[in-house]
Amino acid sequence: MNKQKNRLIDHIKYSVMIAALLVITFAPTGQVKAEFGDVVINNYSDKAGMPPVVFPHWFHRIRFRCKVCHGDLGFEFKAGGNDINMVKIIDGQYCGACHNGEIAWSIENCNICHSAPVGTPTQVHESTLQKLIKPDQNKTEDKK
Amino acid sequence: MRRAVNSVLLITLITGLSFSYISIAEQQPVRKWKPIKDDGIHDPASSAIGVLQNPAEALSVLPPDTAGNQVNWVKALRDGHIKPRTHLNKQGKLERLDTDIIMEDTLEMPNVLFPHRAHTEWMDCASCHDHIFKSKAGATPVSMFDILQGKYCGRCHGAVSFPLTECDRCHSVGKKRKASK
Ligand code: HEC
Ligand code: HEC
Ligand code: HEC
Ligand code: HEC
Ligand code: HEC
Ligand code: HEC
Repeated sequence: MNKQKNRLIDHIKYSVMIAALLVITFAPTGQVKAEFGDVVINNYSDKAGMPPVVFPHWFHRIRFRCKVCHGDLGFEFKAGGNDINMVKIIDGQYCGACHNGEIAWSIENCNICHSAPVGTPTQVHESTLQKLIKPDQNKTEDKK
Repeated sequence: MRRAVNSVLLITLITGLSFSYISIAEQQPVRKWKPIKDDGIHDPASSAIGVLQNPAEALSVLPPDTAGNQVNWVKALRDGHIKPRTHLNKQGKLERLDTDIIMEDTLEMPNVLFPHRAHTEWMDCASCHDHIFKSKAGATPVSMFDILQGKYCGRCHGAVSFPLTECDRCHSVGKKRKASK
């Protein structure tokens, strides 16, 4: 009896889940923003008067395996989760492991990284998660 | 009660499918990527516009797909369209594992096939073991709700790897019908 009730609950849960997923998949594409996998990093930029940073995964994964950044360089799998700042970058950590004038152009090109409009919150663009559970949180989100 | 729930499910599916039909009919033929200047996350006034590469330029030459970046990344890598480095400074080797894991706790959905191969071509064991998945089949309490909230497979899928709306790419193997437990 209990088992049946559980399955009933499962049914309800999945009706809702599938409905939500279908809505986000096929919502009018006019709202589509950014490229899938683009990450905005804005823990400090706004407060420091710099435009937030945009990190494009599509661009970097053509050149490096995930393992290089997420293994060797220690980037956690979490937008905004690495507490990156310029001191660390100049010291050769995170973006600075490559953006040092050797593997890639160096940090004097501020605006190429700091290219988002001021006020854009930390997030992964186009993520299923973002669309599904945080549609209204885009403005105030503070990932911690 | 049960019938009511079933019909809700059915109606949802039908509405959803008809929507998907319309949008598939609309989007299938051409792949399109937003140019950097109006993609909504770059400041159109930034001096980076014109310097940053537009996705279409790099992605349109890679094997096509219908979701995410609209690139079949697995194929792009295997067929040598791209040669992403395995190390910061050099091209080396990654430890590859070819075993597939079948996950059967999927209710009405087909079983999930997790291919180690496609993953270990991109990353090393430590990307997943043991902080996301235990090294023992069946030992990790994976569920779809957690995945949708960005855990387990959802750590990458939906954010960087193909999105979670592609149910059948994970739920890809038929299950022999079992008596409900
Ligand atoms: C390779 C990419 C890159 C370049 C180039 C770059 N930055 Fe940053 N910068 C970052 C990232 C990533 C952060 C962390 C963003 C955050 O969390 O808000 C950051 C943070 C900052 C911050 C706030 C944190 C802190 O350290 O005070 C300032 C200010 C800043 N950058 C200034 C600059 C200036 C000025 C330049 C040019 C000389 C520059 N950045 C070039 C990536 C870059
Ligand atoms: C060039 C470095 C680099 C490469 C290569 C790279 N990433 Fe990332 N990844 C990042 C950075 C930077 C972030 C954002 C971290 C932050 O905000 O502190 C990130 C964030 C993420 C996140 C977190 C997103 C979220 O939901 O919060 C995931 C998942 C991820 N990457 C997966 C991947 C996968 C899968 C690959 C390989 C296909 C990959 N990354 C390749 C640098 C990289
Ligand atoms: C593993 C090395 C590596 C790391 C780490 C890395 N990058 Fe890059 N990045 C590159 C390379 C290589 C290029 C291409 C350079 C070139 O074309 O000369 C590049 C280019 C870029 C571009 C320009 C893309 C374009 O359209 O031309 C941006 C923006 C960028 N990186 C941002 C970042 C930020 C922000 C971080 C840190 C959060 C970061 N990168 C970390 C290697 C890296
Ligand atoms: C993308 C994530 C990911 C990567 C990378 C990965 N694995 Fe796994 N691995 C899994 C998952 C998921 C399971 C199943 C866990 C479960 O069912 O609880 C698994 C299971 C295993 C098992 C148990 C298999 C069994 O039959 O019990 C072993 C052993 C294993 N992995 C070894 C490795 C090794 C070695 C590497 C690197 C070469 C690796 N894995 C890379 C996700 C990964
Ligand atoms: C990235 C891979 C992936 C995608 C995409 C995916 N699933 Fe799953 N799904 C899983 C895994 C893994 C499980 C857990 C299986 C297990 O534990 O044996 C699961 C479990 C489930 C379950 C069983 C109940 C539960 O909570 O675990 C249902 C129902 C389900 N998925 C439905 C869906 C639907 C509907 C979609 C598409 C909207 C979808 N899944 C997309 C990987 C995926
Ligand atoms: C650490 C990141 C990560 C995790 C966790 C992860 N994947 Fe993936 N997965 C990838 C990447 C990267 C690819 C390459 C394709 C892409 O990026 O879209 C991929 C591809 C796949 C493919 C396509 C294989 C092919 O041959 O086309 C399947 C199926 C898949 N993953 C299933 C799963 C399932 C099921 C889980 C959870 C049990 C999971 N993945 C967890 C990163 C991940």
